[in-house]
Amino acid sequence: MTAPAISVRGLTKRFGDRTVVKDVSLNVARGEIAGFLGPNGSGKTTTIRLMCGLLTPDAGEGTVLGHDILREGRAIKRRVGYMTQRFSFYEDLTIAENLHFVAGLYGMRPVASVVRDTLEDLGLSSRRDQLAGSLSGGWKQRLALAACIMHRPDLLLLDEPTAGVDPKARREFWDEIHRLAADGLTVLVSTHYMDEAERCHRINYISYGELVAQGTVEEVVRNAGLTTLVLTGPRSAEAARLLKGAPGVEQIAPFGNTLHLVGANGATLRASAERVAAQTGTQLAPAETSLEDVFIRLMGDARDNVT
Amino acid sequence: MSRFFSFGRLWALLTKETIQMRRDRLTFAMMLGIPLFQLILFGYAINTDPKQLPAALVAPTQDRFTRAMVSALELTGYYRFVTVGATAGEAEEMIARGDVAFVVTVPSDFGRRVERGDSPVILIEADATDPSVASGAISTLSTVAAEALSRETGEEAQNALNAAKQLSVIVHRRYNPEGITQYNIVPGLLGVILQLTMVMMTSMALTRETERGTMENLLSMPATPFEIMLGKVMPYLAVGAVQVVVVLLAAKALFDIPFVGSLPLILIGVFVFVLALVILGYLISTVARTQMQAMQLTFFFFLPSLMLSGFMFPFRGMPVWAQMLGEVFPLTHFLRLIRSVMLKGADAVTVAGSFGALALFVALLAGAALLRFRRTLD
Ligand SMILES: Nc1ncnc2c1ncn2[C@@H]1O[C@H](COP(=O)(O)OP(=O)(O)OP(=O)(O)O)[C@@H](O)[C@H]1O
Ligand SMILES: [Mg+2]
Repeated sequence: MTAPAISVRGLTKRFGDRTVVKDVSLNVARGEIAGFLGPNGSGKTTTIRLMCGLLTPDAGEGTVLGHDILREGRAIKRRVGYMTQRFSFYEDLTIAENLHFVAGLYGMRPVASVVRDTLEDLGLSSRRDQLAGSLSGGWKQRLALAACIMHRPDLLLLDEPTAGVDPKARREFWDEIHRLAADGLTVLVSTHYMDEAERCHRINYISYGELVAQGTVEEVVRNAGLTTLVLTGPRSAEAARLLKGAPGVEQIAPFGNTLHLVGANGATLRASAERVAAQTGTQLAPAETSLEDVFIRLMGDARDNVT
Repeated sequence: MSRFFSFGRLWALLTKETIQMRRDRLTFAMMLGIPLFQLILFGYAINTDPKQLPAALVAPTQDRFTRAMVSALELTGYYRFVTVGATAGEAEEMIARGDVAFVVTVPSDFGRRVERGDSPVILIEADATDPSVASGAISTLSTVAAEALSRETGEEAQNALNAAKQLSVIVHRRYNPEGITQYNIVPGLLGVILQLTMVMMTSMALTRETERGTMENLLSMPATPFEIMLGKVMPYLAVGAVQVVVVLLAAKALFDIPFVGSLPLILIGVFVFVLALVILGYLISTVARTQMQAMQLTFFFFLPSLMLSGFMFPFRGMPVWAQMLGEVFPLTHFLRLIRSVMLKGADAVTVAGSFGALALFVALLAGAALLRFRRTLD
């Protein structure tokens, strides 16, 4: 099968008179790890729910794993693993009982050995009888992921799977995702972390319910057309003050003794920077635009998309 | 594995629900403890034919006729004279305060009139603010009074009296000759108790998942609405079965209620009724968004069904429109069924109508619940 894992066009979702997802079209190829980024309240969770049949779109159409999202929700559910943003397994069941439940619902045989293997992979065999509600945040996430991939889905939808997880666990989590993708699993993962975005094959950036940037990290950075300069020197703090509001300077971000300047108009940015560099005796050098610079730019002034 | 139903998935759902139910210790204890507690409390407390009601006697001349009258009234068991020498004013105050339920006034010329053969008159004032209090006591009056007098006046009067009583009415209190309230109340209580606990528990079934956020996960997995419904209601059906056994055993042991009809028929009737109840509760849980709403809906349903089903007040005594309204409650049909079978020994054919009605409820409620079930989070 070479059909894309996800292919949706014009997805739109309204809650009352607020349009939360606007005309979103998305393609994810098989075996790809697609990043889904955007500020709080921009519609990531809603879009994911639309794709796995948990919400009905007001407009739009498409297929997930070759099944129509409007009519074949049941078939999609069997082949998709969805990890919700909030832990949504049963806190009053033990780890093993939760896994038994999931294995039973997906009709895996023999349930007992499937659960045993999963617990072993998780490294949770010794805590199998602990209530899921008493697990730490990181372990809850691991349990949720294990439960989602237990039925060997073809597509994983992960909604902020690593929020609140320590760096080492996050690293392991992503290693696991890459391992699964190498075996042919398709993954759509929403995140707020830049380093995670950079570990995706392609990223999709959504703002106010609209997809505003798509492509590989390099493409997104290139398409943004931003210029980045670095000022280095002991008086960089003073330089920052002088540059505030200067023509062409859109972002000023201090990193220790250096100052990152970002702007869309390279010529005016350079002119302002050269003037201040001469005044403060700092060195000016061109630099690579980072994904974060692009995202800050995309977010514009809106800190939060909640209206 | 079938697309629409699989025992594997149902088993997974059942196991999960049962574990959750067992782990919620307090609720679990309540489900079994409350029925027994309520049965004992209400079974002993409710009496629709009250006796030994306090009464006051106003009798200026305390002659032998007066005394005969008083002792005859006391012998009926309905009257208990707290005072026999009150003035009219004092008695008036006592009944107004509610200290006595009756004031019996024997006028001063009572004895004279009896001896002369005039028609004697006594006045009994009953506090009829609660009509049911007075009804039994009043209904026994005329015969008691007449008998008391005839005993006192002797033969000739007796003959005259008998002549006057050409028409005699014979009343048989069938199925419950002694008029024991509990025979009526206890089978009814079984229905009421089941209704409250079953509907309330299952009405939380889905709302709890929604409130805890586990609904999103459940819906993203391949369980069908029918499987989810069965998974939710069947454990409660089992709890209901235990409740039924407890209540029926207690009914036999504590209140000595006769089981005239066939026990299997009773049990099948209870089963269909409980099935209707748990599915009704489940239907409520598909409508309610929060557990609070589910609770309110349950009570919104509970009270009218209690009042109009014939549990609290005689069904045939209600106006026709209220009787029609009463027909829409499963409890109404269950009460008819259980009283007929348990107390009157009715067979399956006799109660087929009630069975049919209950089965219809099950089908309609289940259909409505499946239609109402939201497969999405919209
Ligand atoms: N069921 C709902 N009813 C009404 N509004 C909703 C509902 N679900 C989401 N919204 C609104 O839709 C908008 C998008 O929400 P969504 O959860 O999709 O954002 P998100 O990108 O996942 O945000 P975050 O990064 O914080 O998780 C929000 O403003 C939210 O308030
Ligand atoms: Mg979200």
